[in-house]
Amino acid sequence: MTPAPSTTSTPATLRVAGARRRGPLHALWRYRWPLLFVSPFFILFAVFSVYPILYSLYLSFHEWRGIGAMRPVGTANYERLLGDRIFWNSMLNSLILFFIYVPLMTFLAIVIATMLHGNFLKLQGLWRALVFMPHLTSMVAAGFTFRLILDTHTGFANRALTWLGVSPVPWLDDMWWARISVGLLMIWAWLGYNTIIMLAGLQTIPTEVNEAARVDGANTVQVFTRITVPLLRPVILFAVTLSIIGTFQLFTEPYILTGGGPMRATETPVMQIFSSTFANLRFGYAASMSYAYFLTIVVLAILQFRLVSRGDR
Amino acid sequence: MRARHGDLLVKGVAYAALTVLCAFMLFPFVWMLVSSFKPFPEIFAGRTFLPQEPTLANYVALFERYDALRKFWNSFYIAGSATVLSVFLCALGGYAFAKFTFPGRNVMFAIMLASMTIPFAVMMVPLFVMMRNVFGWIDTPWPLIIPGAANAFGIFFMRQYMLSVSDDMLDAARIDGASEFGIFLRVVLPTALPGLASLAIIFFMASWNNFLWPLAVLRSPPMHTVPIMLNSLQGPPGRTAFDLLMAGSVLSVIPMLIVFFFLQRYLIAGITAGSVKG
Repeated sequence: MTPAPSTTSTPATLRVAGARRRGPLHALWRYRWPLLFVSPFFILFAVFSVYPILYSLYLSFHEWRGIGAMRPVGTANYERLLGDRIFWNSMLNSLILFFIYVPLMTFLAIVIATMLHGNFLKLQGLWRALVFMPHLTSMVAAGFTFRLILDTHTGFANRALTWLGVSPVPWLDDMWWARISVGLLMIWAWLGYNTIIMLAGLQTIPTEVNEAARVDGANTVQVFTRITVPLLRPVILFAVTLSIIGTFQLFTEPYILTGGGPMRATETPVMQIFSSTFANLRFGYAASMSYAYFLTIVVLAILQFRLVSRGDR
Repeated sequence: MRARHGDLLVKGVAYAALTVLCAFMLFPFVWMLVSSFKPFPEIFAGRTFLPQEPTLANYVALFERYDALRKFWNSFYIAGSATVLSVFLCALGGYAFAKFTFPGRNVMFAIMLASMTIPFAVMMVPLFVMMRNVFGWIDTPWPLIIPGAANAFGIFFMRQYMLSVSDDMLDAARIDGASEFGIFLRVVLPTALPGLASLAIIFFMASWNNFLWPLAVLRSPPMHTVPIMLNSLQGPPGRTAFDLLMAGSVLSVIPMLIVFFFLQRYLIAGITAGSVKG
């Protein structure tokens, strides 16, 4: 499975030529094909990622409404940002949303993947397809559909609850319920995706391990908690890391479902950056916001990594 | 005997749980579909589940008043061209990283992997300024095709895939005097076809459903893609055109469902790549 040693990768003709002449230009010529093949990425990366990120730093020390002259303001944007409760509230919202849906979704994904793994149940392909289907949907379409279903007065969800004798729920009109509603939409959209990842992880666990535990007298639940979950740990970490990144990049779901409301309870940092740029035309301030946002994510990622590696010891 | 009895119980619970879950997963699709055939007031009256008098008026209005055909075409050709270009460039990069040794390869690979962690929102503001002031690309498809054309995930994915391409086959082609680019086109690409399919589906889906960036750069309605058109049907409270919205939503989902049911295998292969090995 491992690739053969790299000698075979260098064409014989080039090796002969390379022995005669040396120098950096010659090296460039000798490796022209692989360098040419990877160059599109690095050119596009430099122009459309590195340059914008550096330009953003420059922008963050200026006041600019998108046209006309930029006015240097020193660290004023960052000073204002430190006291911007709306922005920090949006960061907090992301954290709250993360805890509302990620633990539940990850748990469900592991359970469903376990159920769909092996030959335990019939119609595996069908179940898997049904669980995965929402992931294909445009979040705009899904968001509007959820808004219709969850409407406090006319939505189907509350009609069904009333019919069942349960009092209706202010799905989108209460701060906490609105967060739960966004979480519900996230679980709906991403559960299938996470299940597929967990399924792939399960396929790497040899069946003998489970069988051995069975022979030793473990029941289904014990096999799940003592064997499956511990062996699946790396894959679970991978999925949770993706969820952290995903939660902090949330935009479409709350933008469509709740518009960030009620009382900014579901507003996210990306929504803040978006509205500062395109509604308030405060480009410099939005740039400082995106820097603070980026740094926070980096810090969170490092913290999570520390936490995880400590658990390994 | 007791263990088998317990298993039967677990199995029953599993089937019941899956049924409830799948009902939750399916219901929004069902609601989208039935609502799309209801007139506006009936969507909110909620007297019956199925439309009392099914009508295609919502679909007709969507095409007549909002030029939906044009927006579907915009979505389709943006997603199509972005996919073709990205898959090609990612295959090229992935091939180089998998099958060549060159100075700086590991550093380059590490930079590429690290670039995956940069959230798009960090570059959104300056990228928008660049698109408007430098390139003049606002209201054109280019911002949705060019900047993301060679993306790190795609190159990483193709590299994993290309590692299994046989070196003997490549050397044989070299001895036959094929050019390096010719080898890529005629030897490498055909053997990597399943990997290309996985990547193509993921890219197409991402572009078709993309919202934030198109919302920023596609300003005038004739240039809108489908998700932006749906968003534009939003009005002040009580005035959002949910009737047309549901019709548009149904139409926006159909192409993805068709792709999924025919090419499910490739999509799942693409999603799981990296989760186990990486």
